[in-house]
Amino acid sequence: MPHDHPDHPHSLLPSDPALRVKALETILVRKGLVDPAAMEEILDTYERKVGPHLGAKVVARAWSDPAFRDRLLADATAAIAELGISGRQGEHVVAVENTPNTHNMVVCTLCSCYPWPLLGIPPAWYKSDAYRARAVREPRKVLAEFGVTLPDGQKVRVWDSTSEVRYLVVPMRPKGSEGLDEAALADLVTRDSMIGTGLAGASR
Amino acid sequence: MTPPSRFDEPWQAQLFALTVAMSEAGHFTWSRWAEAFGATLKAMGADRPLDGGADYYAAWLTTLEGLLDRAGHAPVDEAEATKAAWERAYLATPHGQPVRLPG
Repeated sequence: MPHDHPDHPHSLLPSDPALRVKALETILVRKGLVDPAAMEEILDTYERKVGPHLGAKVVARAWSDPAFRDRLLADATAAIAELGISGRQGEHVVAVENTPNTHNMVVCTLCSCYPWPLLGIPPAWYKSDAYRARAVREPRKVLAEFGVTLPDGQKVRVWDSTSEVRYLVVPMRPKGSEGLDEAALADLVTRDSMIGTGLAGASR
Repeated sequence: MTPPSRFDEPWQAQLFALTVAMSEAGHFTWSRWAEAFGATLKAMGADRPLDGGADYYAAWLTTLEGLLDRAGHAPVDEAEATKAAWERAYLATPHGQPVRLPG
Protein backbone atom coordinates (compact mmCIF):
# COMPACT_ATOMS: atom_id res chain seq x y z
CA MET A 1 0.00 0.00 0.00
CA PRO A 2 1.72 3.16 -1.17
CA HIS A 3 0.02 5.40 1.40
CA ASP A 4 0.25 3.12 4.38
CA HIS A 5 3.41 4.63 5.79
CA PRO A 6 3.98 6.39 9.11
CA ASP A 7 5.78 9.29 7.40
CA HIS A 8 2.62 10.16 5.53
CA PRO A 9 0.48 12.28 7.82
CA HIS A 10 -2.71 12.15 5.72
CA SER A 11 -5.65 9.74 6.04
CA LEU A 12 -5.31 6.26 4.62
CA LEU A 13 -6.68 6.16 1.08
CA PRO A 14 -9.53 3.62 0.74
CA SER A 15 -9.34 0.93 -1.96
CA ASP A 16 -10.42 1.66 -5.52
CA PRO A 17 -13.81 -0.10 -5.24
CA ALA A 18 -14.45 1.55 -1.86
CA LEU A 19 -13.92 4.97 -3.46
CA ARG A 20 -16.14 4.09 -6.41
CA VAL A 21 -18.96 3.09 -4.06
CA LYS A 22 -18.45 6.29 -2.06
CA ALA A 23 -18.64 8.33 -5.27
CA LEU A 24 -21.94 6.72 -6.33
CA GLU A 25 -23.41 7.18 -2.88
CA THR A 26 -22.36 10.84 -2.78
CA ILE A 27 -23.97 11.54 -6.16
CA LEU A 28 -27.21 9.70 -5.45
CA VAL A 29 -27.65 11.24 -2.00
CA ARG A 30 -26.85 14.72 -3.34
CA LYS A 31 -29.52 14.29 -6.03
CA GLY A 32 -32.02 13.01 -3.50
CA LEU A 33 -32.36 9.68 -5.33
CA VAL A 34 -31.52 7.64 -2.27
CA ASP A 35 -32.09 8.27 1.42
CA PRO A 36 -29.09 7.62 3.70
CA ALA A 37 -31.49 6.57 6.47
CA ALA A 38 -33.00 3.91 4.17
CA MET A 39 -29.50 2.60 3.43
CA GLU A 40 -28.73 2.50 7.14
CA GLU A 41 -31.92 0.53 7.80
CA ILE A 42 -31.03 -2.01 5.09
CA LEU A 43 -27.52 -2.44 6.48
CA ASP A 44 -28.85 -2.92 9.98
CA THR A 45 -31.37 -5.50 8.77
CA TYR A 46 -28.92 -7.62 6.83
CA GLU A 47 -25.94 -7.27 9.17
CA ARG A 48 -27.78 -7.83 12.40
CA LYS A 49 -31.36 -9.06 12.05
CA VAL A 50 -31.81 -11.40 9.11
CA GLY A 51 -30.06 -14.75 8.91
CA PRO A 52 -30.56 -18.51 8.75
CA HIS A 53 -32.06 -18.51 12.25
CA LEU A 54 -35.28 -17.21 10.64
CA GLY A 55 -35.42 -20.00 8.08
CA ALA A 56 -34.68 -22.49 10.86
CA LYS A 57 -37.67 -21.18 12.81
CA VAL A 58 -39.90 -21.77 9.80
CA VAL A 59 -38.61 -25.32 9.28
CA ALA A 60 -38.97 -26.17 12.99
CA ARG A 61 -42.55 -24.94 12.91
CA ALA A 62 -43.27 -27.04 9.82
CA TRP A 63 -41.88 -30.14 11.55
CA SER A 64 -43.97 -29.59 14.69
CA ASP A 65 -47.23 -28.34 13.18
CA PRO A 66 -48.65 -30.36 10.27
CA ALA A 67 -51.24 -27.69 9.45
CA PHE A 68 -48.48 -25.07 9.18
CA ARG A 69 -46.42 -27.47 7.02
CA ASP A 70 -49.37 -27.79 4.63
CA ARG A 71 -49.80 -24.03 4.43
CA LEU A 72 -46.05 -23.57 3.92
CA LEU A 73 -45.95 -25.98 1.00
CA ALA A 74 -49.12 -24.51 -0.51
CA ASP A 75 -48.11 -20.84 -0.22
CA ALA A 76 -44.82 -20.17 1.54
CA THR A 77 -45.00 -16.39 1.14
CA ALA A 78 -48.23 -16.30 3.17
CA ALA A 79 -47.08 -18.93 5.68
CA ILE A 80 -43.82 -17.15 6.58
CA ALA A 81 -45.77 -13.90 6.92
CA GLU A 82 -47.59 -15.61 9.83
CA LEU A 83 -44.19 -15.64 11.57
CA GLY A 84 -43.61 -11.98 10.72
CA ILE A 85 -41.17 -12.69 7.87
CA SER A 86 -41.58 -10.95 4.55
CA GLY A 87 -39.49 -10.18 1.49
CA ARG A 88 -38.41 -6.74 0.40
CA GLN A 89 -38.61 -6.97 -3.37
CA GLY A 90 -42.03 -8.59 -3.51
CA GLU A 91 -40.39 -11.88 -4.35
CA HIS A 92 -42.36 -15.06 -4.03
CA VAL A 93 -41.05 -17.76 -1.70
CA VAL A 94 -41.61 -21.41 -2.56
CA ALA A 95 -40.89 -24.14 0.00
CA VAL A 96 -39.81 -27.55 -1.31
CA GLU A 97 -39.84 -30.49 1.06
CA ASN A 98 -37.29 -33.28 1.13
CA THR A 99 -38.69 -36.80 1.31
CA PRO A 100 -37.11 -40.26 1.25
CA ASN A 101 -37.75 -40.17 -2.52
CA THR A 102 -36.60 -36.64 -3.37
CA HIS A 103 -33.80 -34.40 -2.18
CA ASN A 104 -34.13 -30.75 -3.19
CA MET A 105 -31.24 -28.41 -3.84
CA VAL A 106 -31.27 -24.70 -4.74
CA VAL A 107 -29.06 -22.68 -7.07
CA CYS A 108 -29.26 -19.42 -9.02
CA THR A 109 -27.63 -19.98 -12.38
CA LEU A 110 -28.26 -16.36 -13.48
CA CYS A 111 -26.64 -14.53 -10.56
CA SER A 112 -27.26 -15.20 -6.88
CA CYS A 113 -30.99 -14.94 -6.17
CA TYR A 114 -31.48 -16.28 -2.66
CA PRO A 115 -34.23 -16.23 -0.03
CA TRP A 116 -32.77 -13.23 1.80
CA PRO A 117 -35.67 -12.80 4.24
CA LEU A 118 -35.18 -16.38 5.47
CA LEU A 119 -31.43 -16.96 5.13
CA GLY A 120 -29.79 -13.51 4.94
CA ILE A 121 -26.77 -12.90 2.71
CA PRO A 122 -25.66 -15.98 0.73
CA PRO A 123 -22.29 -17.62 1.45
CA ALA A 124 -19.49 -17.08 -1.08
CA TRP A 125 -19.71 -20.62 -2.47
CA TYR A 126 -23.36 -20.08 -3.42
CA LYS A 127 -22.27 -17.10 -5.54
CA SER A 128 -19.27 -18.83 -7.12
CA ASP A 129 -19.22 -19.83 -10.78
CA ALA A 130 -18.25 -23.34 -9.75
CA TYR A 131 -21.42 -23.95 -7.75
CA ARG A 132 -23.71 -22.08 -10.15
CA ALA A 133 -22.45 -24.10 -13.11
CA ARG A 134 -22.15 -27.51 -11.49
CA ALA A 135 -25.22 -27.69 -9.24
CA VAL A 136 -27.44 -28.35 -12.25
CA ARG A 137 -24.97 -30.47 -14.23
CA GLU A 138 -23.66 -32.78 -11.52
CA PRO A 139 -25.62 -32.26 -8.31
CA ARG A 140 -24.58 -35.55 -6.71
CA LYS A 141 -20.92 -34.76 -7.18
CA VAL A 142 -21.43 -31.30 -5.67
CA LEU A 143 -23.34 -32.83 -2.76
CA ALA A 144 -20.52 -35.30 -2.16
CA GLU A 145 -18.12 -32.36 -1.85
CA PHE A 146 -20.40 -30.99 0.87
CA GLY A 147 -20.15 -34.38 2.57
CA VAL A 148 -23.67 -35.43 1.62
CA THR A 149 -24.21 -38.88 0.14
CA LEU A 150 -27.79 -39.76 -0.69
CA PRO A 151 -29.25 -43.25 -0.99
CA ASP A 152 -29.41 -44.45 -4.61
CA GLY A 153 -33.19 -44.44 -4.58
CA GLN A 154 -33.44 -40.77 -3.58
CA LYS A 155 -33.48 -38.55 -6.63
CA VAL A 156 -32.10 -35.01 -6.63
CA ARG A 157 -34.20 -32.15 -7.85
CA VAL A 158 -32.41 -28.84 -8.50
CA TRP A 159 -34.40 -25.61 -8.35
CA ASP A 160 -33.09 -22.57 -10.23
CA SER A 161 -33.98 -19.35 -8.40
CA THR A 162 -34.99 -16.17 -10.15
CA SER A 163 -35.48 -12.60 -9.03
CA GLU A 164 -39.19 -13.44 -8.61
CA VAL A 165 -39.08 -16.90 -7.07
CA ARG A 166 -36.80 -17.91 -4.18
CA TYR A 167 -36.74 -21.44 -2.85
CA LEU A 168 -36.47 -22.73 0.70
CA VAL A 169 -35.65 -26.40 1.21
CA VAL A 170 -37.49 -28.04 4.10
CA PRO A 171 -35.02 -30.74 5.13
CA MET A 172 -36.11 -34.09 6.55
CA ARG A 173 -36.53 -34.11 10.31
CA PRO A 174 -33.60 -36.02 11.83
CA LYS A 175 -34.23 -39.37 13.46
CA GLY A 176 -34.18 -39.18 17.24
CA SER A 177 -35.59 -35.64 17.34
CA GLU A 178 -39.00 -36.79 18.58
CA GLY A 179 -40.13 -34.89 21.63
CA LEU A 180 -37.92 -31.85 21.03
CA ASP A 181 -39.61 -28.46 21.22
CA GLU A 182 -39.49 -25.95 18.37
CA ALA A 183 -36.49 -24.06 19.72
CA ALA A 184 -34.46 -27.27 20.08
CA LEU A 185 -35.56 -28.39 16.61
CA ALA A 186 -34.51 -25.06 15.09
CA ASP A 187 -30.99 -25.68 16.42
CA LEU A 188 -30.81 -28.77 14.19
CA VAL A 189 -31.60 -26.78 11.03
CA THR A 190 -28.40 -25.59 9.38
CA ARG A 191 -28.19 -22.96 6.66
CA ASP A 192 -26.90 -25.53 4.18
CA SER A 193 -29.77 -27.89 4.94
CA MET A 194 -32.16 -25.15 3.78
CA ILE A 195 -30.19 -24.70 0.53
CA GLY A 196 -30.09 -28.45 0.05
CA THR A 197 -26.33 -28.84 0.31
CA GLY A 198 -26.58 -30.26 3.81
CA LEU A 199 -28.86 -32.34 5.97
CA ALA A 200 -30.59 -31.20 9.14
CA GLY A 201 -28.96 -32.37 12.34
CA ALA A 202 -25.50 -32.46 10.75
CA SER A 203 -22.84 -30.31 12.36
CA ARG A 204 -23.00 -26.66 11.37
CA MET B 1 -21.22 -7.75 21.17
CA THR B 2 -21.35 -7.09 17.45
CA PRO B 3 -21.65 -10.26 15.36
CA PRO B 4 -19.06 -10.71 12.59
CA SER B 5 -20.07 -8.95 9.38
CA ARG B 6 -21.62 -11.00 6.62
CA PHE B 7 -19.53 -9.03 4.15
CA ASP B 8 -15.76 -9.32 3.69
CA GLU B 9 -15.24 -5.59 3.42
CA PRO B 10 -17.34 -2.58 4.50
CA TRP B 11 -17.65 -1.25 0.93
CA GLN B 12 -19.41 -4.47 -0.10
CA ALA B 13 -22.04 -3.87 2.56
CA GLN B 14 -22.41 -0.21 1.45
CA LEU B 15 -22.75 -1.32 -2.16
CA PHE B 16 -25.38 -3.89 -1.25
CA ALA B 17 -27.39 -1.36 0.77
CA LEU B 18 -27.08 1.31 -1.93
CA THR B 19 -28.37 -1.07 -4.59
CA VAL B 20 -31.29 -2.36 -2.53
CA ALA B 21 -32.20 1.20 -1.47
CA MET B 22 -32.17 2.40 -5.10
CA SER B 23 -34.42 -0.46 -6.13
CA GLU B 24 -36.78 0.10 -3.22
CA ALA B 25 -36.93 3.80 -4.08
CA GLY B 26 -38.30 2.69 -7.46
CA HIS B 27 -35.33 3.53 -9.70
CA PHE B 28 -35.10 -0.01 -11.06
CA THR B 29 -36.94 -3.27 -10.45
CA TRP B 30 -35.12 -6.17 -8.88
CA SER B 31 -35.72 -8.22 -12.03
CA ARG B 32 -33.99 -5.56 -14.08
CA TRP B 33 -31.11 -5.67 -11.59
CA ALA B 34 -30.80 -9.46 -11.67
CA GLU B 35 -30.80 -9.48 -15.46
CA ALA B 36 -28.03 -6.86 -15.69
CA PHE B 37 -26.01 -8.48 -12.92
CA GLY B 38 -26.35 -11.91 -14.54
CA ALA B 39 -25.03 -10.46 -17.81
CA THR B 40 -21.98 -8.93 -16.06
CA LEU B 41 -21.22 -12.18 -14.24
CA LYS B 42 -21.44 -14.08 -17.51
CA ALA B 43 -19.11 -11.64 -19.28
CA MET B 44 -16.59 -11.54 -16.43
CA GLY B 45 -16.70 -15.30 -15.91
CA ALA B 46 -15.91 -15.98 -19.56
CA ASP B 47 -12.16 -15.63 -18.98
CA ARG B 48 -11.90 -17.49 -15.68
CA PRO B 49 -14.30 -18.81 -13.04
CA LEU B 50 -15.42 -16.21 -10.49
CA ASP B 51 -14.87 -17.03 -6.83
CA GLY B 52 -18.10 -15.66 -5.36
CA GLY B 53 -16.23 -13.30 -3.03
CA ALA B 54 -14.20 -10.29 -4.21
CA ASP B 55 -14.96 -11.14 -7.88
CA TYR B 56 -18.64 -11.20 -7.14
CA TYR B 57 -18.78 -7.75 -5.59
CA ALA B 58 -16.50 -6.34 -8.31
CA ALA B 59 -19.09 -7.55 -10.85
CA TRP B 60 -21.87 -6.12 -8.69
CA LEU B 61 -20.17 -2.69 -8.64
CA THR B 62 -19.58 -2.69 -12.40
CA THR B 63 -23.26 -3.54 -12.93
CA LEU B 64 -24.51 -0.76 -10.68
CA GLU B 65 -22.19 1.80 -12.28
CA GLY B 66 -23.49 0.76 -15.70
CA LEU B 67 -27.16 0.93 -14.71
CA LEU B 68 -26.77 4.34 -13.06
CA ASP B 69 -24.79 5.68 -16.02
CA ARG B 70 -27.36 4.56 -18.58
CA ALA B 71 -30.24 5.94 -16.46
CA GLY B 72 -28.42 9.28 -16.15
CA HIS B 73 -28.54 9.04 -12.35
CA ALA B 74 -24.75 8.92 -12.04
CA PRO B 75 -23.07 9.44 -15.43
CA VAL B 76 -19.56 7.93 -15.71
CA ASP B 77 -17.86 11.36 -15.94
CA GLU B 78 -19.58 12.54 -12.80
CA ALA B 79 -18.75 9.30 -10.96
CA GLU B 80 -15.08 9.57 -11.93
CA ALA B 81 -14.87 13.23 -10.95
CA THR B 82 -16.51 12.51 -7.59
CA LYS B 83 -14.17 9.59 -6.95
CA ALA B 84 -11.18 11.84 -7.75
CA ALA B 85 -12.54 14.50 -5.38
CA TRP B 86 -12.77 11.91 -2.58
CA GLU B 87 -9.20 10.82 -3.31
CA ARG B 88 -7.95 14.39 -3.00
CA ALA B 89 -9.96 14.87 0.20
CA TYR B 90 -8.39 11.75 1.77
CA LEU B 91 -4.89 12.83 0.78
CA ALA B 92 -5.44 16.35 2.11
CA THR B 93 -7.00 15.37 5.43
CA PRO B 94 -4.69 14.80 8.41
CA HIS B 95 -4.86 11.28 9.80
CA GLY B 96 -7.55 10.82 12.43
CA GLN B 97 -9.78 13.64 11.23
CA PRO B 98 -13.10 13.12 9.45
CA VAL B 99 -12.70 13.21 5.67
CA ARG B 100 -15.20 15.47 3.90
CA LEU B 101 -15.70 16.66 0.37
CA PRO B 102 -15.15 20.40 -0.04
CA GLY B 103 -18.28 22.41 -0.79
